[in-house]
Amino acid sequence: MAIETAANPTASERMAYRAAAELHNGDVVFVGIGLPNLACNLARATHAPGLYMIYESGAVGAIPDRLPVSIGDPSLVTDSLSVVSQADIFQCFLQGGRIEVGFLGGAQVDRWGNINTTVVGSWEDPKVRLPGSGGACEIATHAKRLLIIMRMGKRSFVEKCDYITSPGHRHPDGRTRQDMRLPGAGPSRIITDYGVLEFDETGEAVLTEVYEGVTPEQVQAVCGWPLRVADNVRTAVSPSVEVLTLLREKLDPQRLYLK
Amino acid sequence: MIHVSAPTAGVSKLRSMQEAIADAVRDGDTIAIDGFTHLICFAAAHEIIRQRRRNLTAVRLTPDLVYDQLIEADCVSTLVFSWAGNPGVGSLHALRRRSEQGSEQRIALEEYSHFGLVCRFMAAANGLPFWPLDNYRGVDIPRYNDQIRSVTCPYTGRELATVPALHPDVAIIHCQRADVEGNAQVWGLMGSQKEIAFASKKVIVVAEEIVPTEVIRRDPNRTIVPGIIVSHVVHEPWGCHPSYVQGYYDRDNDFYVKWDAISRTPETYADYLNEFVYGVKDRSEYLRKMGSGLLDRLRARSRMCEGVDYGY
Repeated sequence: MAIETAANPTASERMAYRAAAELHNGDVVFVGIGLPNLACNLARATHAPGLYMIYESGAVGAIPDRLPVSIGDPSLVTDSLSVVSQADIFQCFLQGGRIEVGFLGGAQVDRWGNINTTVVGSWEDPKVRLPGSGGACEIATHAKRLLIIMRMGKRSFVEKCDYITSPGHRHPDGRTRQDMRLPGAGPSRIITDYGVLEFDETGEAVLTEVYEGVTPEQVQAVCGWPLRVADNVRTAVSPSVEVLTLLREKLDPQRLYLK
Repeated sequence: MIHVSAPTAGVSKLRSMQEAIADAVRDGDTIAIDGFTHLICFAAAHEIIRQRRRNLTAVRLTPDLVYDQLIEADCVSTLVFSWAGNPGVGSLHALRRRSEQGSEQRIALEEYSHFGLVCRFMAAANGLPFWPLDNYRGVDIPRYNDQIRSVTCPYTGRELATVPALHPDVAIIHCQRADVEGNAQVWGLMGSQKEIAFASKKVIVVAEEIVPTEVIRRDPNRTIVPGIIVSHVVHEPWGCHPSYVQGYYDRDNDFYVKWDAISRTPETYADYLNEFVYGVKDRSEYLRKMGSGLLDRLRARSRMCEGVDYGY
């Protein structure tokens, strides 16, 4: 069995660590299920103890003392600042413009940051029926800034999403967020298992950062569209032994998210 | 004005789960068992399965295992939903077997995002024909759901999405405690329970504890559903397992993980339903099959709040 050391963090550990770096102390973040949940709790345990976590289940200002298995975990309620109905979460908090950071994953993403979490294939007769939107559509519409966290592959980073569940910077028909009067600013980063993509002024994803040992050619090989690459691609900082120990032993000892 | 005595109708609505479901739920009804991760009343769903209700339109933001079981048991013809997965684990396999390429049987799907479906209850609860929301631009959700339409704001000229009122025939609301008239008190995550209760024609309140009305009156801010809109009250301790009740018992996360393998094939799914749903006559028999070790492990550690002063 391979021994996990600081020298070889897993892809999920790199993603959680890199995503956590995007969260600042005091940010009001709408926390989604899966890796976003882990990244937010990692940020809170390290550089952003004042991260203000809101869950679509209604927990506001949550400080869970265990890693929530679901976004409706009872530990989100205990010691939170407020617990509200879903009507309040989606209307007062999200539609009312109180959320600074949204955080989503997905099955497919295109170069504009449109996300599909609904179906692979057609909606009427899908190859795979995925869970659907949940709160994703309204989070991508209203959050002031959006982080996307996804593993790369030609089937997930696609020329065209089979279905658009959540809006990115530009609809495939050419309309921009401004044209569509979407209130939030849209995706700011896609954090992947190879590196990080940012968005240029036209709303297209550009590779700006890779993990140690990864080349832009390797990233292109797992991307379904001709990928734009920044002039100076940075190398992402690797998580320290302390961070990896925290992730593995304290935050996710059951390996719920660190698969 | 001086009340000589507290106004109560004094009529108990207390019924067994079997009586309440038999009386309230009809074939072809639209039902909503609410609760978001928290307070999902599996006991009611299991009774609906045992009574073999058919052609239900089942409405929930997150169908969860509870509606997947109704689907596998052939109770559901239409699912109205916004996120259909096993939270933190994966798929709902009964639903996938009835909605993907090559599926022999299909159920009809009506799909929203969470916000859109909550707004359908908001419209109904508030006595309006529709509800506006600033959503659904640049996405495919309205392309495949003609109930999502739009309206032009008469003040700003902005175009807003709309969804129509949804009035379930029956709402099932699980709560920590209620009196026999159905004044229901909830703490922890509230889902859309209040909106769904007010939207529905009949409301079954299911409570972990039945308490004297005096207990309700001592903390009226905690009452989420008033008894005047409630048709049936059921006392069903542990009625949510494997879901949870804040202050009473934790979510059985191990069960949700194990469920993936149980539900993956029709054979293992049938074995489960035969043993734990059809094979028991009520919730107390189900609980006896759980074994005391599990219930002891899930029972909540107490965490009391300080209370508030309602004096004047």
